[in-house]
Amino acid sequence: MKIVVAVKRVIDANVKVRVKADGTGVEMANVKMAMNPFCEIAVEEALRIKEAGGADEVVIVSAGPQGATETIRTALAMGADRGVHVLTDAVLEPLAVAKLLKAVIDKEQPGLVILGKQAIDDDCNQTGQMLAALLGWAQATFASKIEIAGDSATVTREIDGGLEKVAVKLPAVVTTDLRLNEPRYASLPNIMKAKKKPIEAMAPDALGVDIAPRLTVLKVEEPPKRSAGVKVETAAELVAKLHDAGVI
Amino acid sequence: MDFTLPEELRILREQLRRFVDAEIIPHERETLEDSGDELKPEWRARLVKGAKDLGIWMMEVPEEHGGAGLNLVGRAVVWQELARTIGLPSRGETITGPSVRHILYNLEGELREKYLLPVLRGEKKACFAQTEPDAGSDPGGMRTTAVLDGDHYVINGTKRFISGAGRSHFMQLMAATDRAKGSRGGISCFLVDMDTPGVKLGARYQTMMGDAPWEIILDNVRVPAKNMIGEEGGGFKLGQKWLGTGRVKHGARALGVAERCLEMATSYAKQRATFGKPLAERQGIQWMLADIYIELEAARLLVFQAASKLDAGEDARTDAYICKYFADEMAFRAADACMQIHGGIGLTTDLPIEKFWRQQRSYRITEGASEVMKHVIARHVLKTY
Ligand SMILES: Cc1cc2nc3c(=O)[nH]c(=O)nc-3n(C[C@H](O)[C@H](O)[C@H](O)COP(=O)(O)OP(=O)(O)OC[C@H]3O[C@@H](n4cnc5c(N)ncnc54)[C@H](O)[C@@H]3O)c2cc1C
Repeated sequence: MKIVVAVKRVIDANVKVRVKADGTGVEMANVKMAMNPFCEIAVEEALRIKEAGGADEVVIVSAGPQGATETIRTALAMGADRGVHVLTDAVLEPLAVAKLLKAVIDKEQPGLVILGKQAIDDDCNQTGQMLAALLGWAQATFASKIEIAGDSATVTREIDGGLEKVAVKLPAVVTTDLRLNEPRYASLPNIMKAKKKPIEAMAPDALGVDIAPRLTVLKVEEPPKRSAGVKVETAAELVAKLHDAGVI
Repeated sequence: MDFTLPEELRILREQLRRFVDAEIIPHERETLEDSGDELKPEWRARLVKGAKDLGIWMMEVPEEHGGAGLNLVGRAVVWQELARTIGLPSRGETITGPSVRHILYNLEGELREKYLLPVLRGEKKACFAQTEPDAGSDPGGMRTTAVLDGDHYVINGTKRFISGAGRSHFMQLMAATDRAKGSRGGISCFLVDMDTPGVKLGARYQTMMGDAPWEIILDNVRVPAKNMIGEEGGGFKLGQKWLGTGRVKHGARALGVAERCLEMATSYAKQRATFGKPLAERQGIQWMLADIYIELEAARLLVFQAASKLDAGEDARTDAYICKYFADEMAFRAADACMQIHGGIGLTTDLPIEKFWRQQRSYRITEGASEVMKHVIARHVLKTY
């Protein structure tokens, strides 16, 4: 079985994101970038399935500007086999990404596609679901455990109030939650080996996909600043304060 | 001219940063023995496993000896990232494999079996004994003598400030075979087992960094003549090839220290308010932050320039001196400013700043004091201009 993993390059989780002065987006110039943490988990899971004998190839796909090759290369250094880079500087909405991924998947014919449940930049949480719909495949989102057996997978999902187990027929689309695994470090020898692994670059046009935005962003602004809280000494004082505030 | 790190080193740096942030920094006050110059066994095991997962174990050891053989630019990236925490010993053995005295790679035959291989396997440790009570910056003036007697040398003298002597199996000892010639062909290099009759550990000096180097007394110590490495009087020449490496290491470490200090100072300045305004809005504080950043970026260029020159096999001795001088002084100023910005809390052992400050203070003296670096750089300037 082949596994396709989609990865996104995002602003590093440790960087404080700033909104551009003109409100058109966030500041991206000279900002440290890294692989979306949920995507790292997706790569790790695919590698574990492969190492356990459940897959024979892991292919990494990313859509985005030139810098995304470094993110693909990082996944290859973790142990994936090859990469596909849909090279574009355009703003990509989840639907456009899902269509691009579908076009790549139509060619690759994997048995399983793993994505992060969302990217920590725009937090859309849509691409995996849209992709499954476009492919007409089963989907299992927010996975905290994946077990493959024959031509089906049992996925434990994190849902409000607990865990849910679903069985899906392969091929299927799975999106990862935080507790699925702890991604490995890419080791120095594997980083060196990854230099020689192939990354195929292609333009969205070559895949016949229209990536034009369907949404108009009106304005991006910072969340309102929280005002400072107060410390209370005792539970009784807390209750009194809540009472005064008319909350209880 | 390309000033960016190659992609593979950017990826490596990312991985190291994640490792240090997640696995060392949260525990950085717990990992070292009280003496401060050694990891506790349980932490050694845990962090060495991390280093092996990262593939930086034995990174300094050449490939033909089973190591990773990482070039100096690559090692500088690793040193820089590992220095962002006080959780690893700053002198002596860290988590990138046994510390192999470079000179051992020159050994052949029986000596190679006896000294190099056990060190590579982690079975034997070595120390470097050069400094004496009356010869530190100027080792050419050393008084320890080695006199040939048949097929042995007889060695007499006292060495001082020798790191790790108490846990070493042998030492790389520098001794005068011709005191009149001094550093111009009078110093020879010997491998001496610590259990040789006449070798005695003397006083142990407790330093403010935690490191506690030893005094070694040599009283009629008989060493087989074949344990002399290189030619008689060629002791300093042998080391030349590796000296640059040590100085670049100092520089790279300093980058990590300064970077962490800058991260901490900036973050604290933004959140700490006095007289109704965050510190970060005061120009006096902003200039301190700007100064750290300017000097850090300048030092980074010096370190990676020296490293890539040495990788290319160029003579980069002066670059390496500049590197050690500028980066070590720079990181001390960074730690000092970071401490000042933190006020009283910066002096406490709740934060790593005071430890960085003590370490960096010591590097302005050891392994070539700053003035000695300048002394050599000045010689170069006077010769060149
Ligand atoms: C923790 C620690 C570990 C050490 N480990 C080792 C070890 O493992 N092996 C080893 O051999 N040594 C070791 N040393 C010794 C160390 O390298 C020396 O302390 C250092 O080289 C300085 O020598 P010194 O202390 O004799 O100072 P001196 O040579 O007496 O110099 C004193 C000061 O004079 C100034 N100075 C010196 N020369 C000049 C000049 N030409 N122009 C202007 N100013 C000058 C400098 O400011 C210098 O700090 C260690 C020291 C310490 C503290």
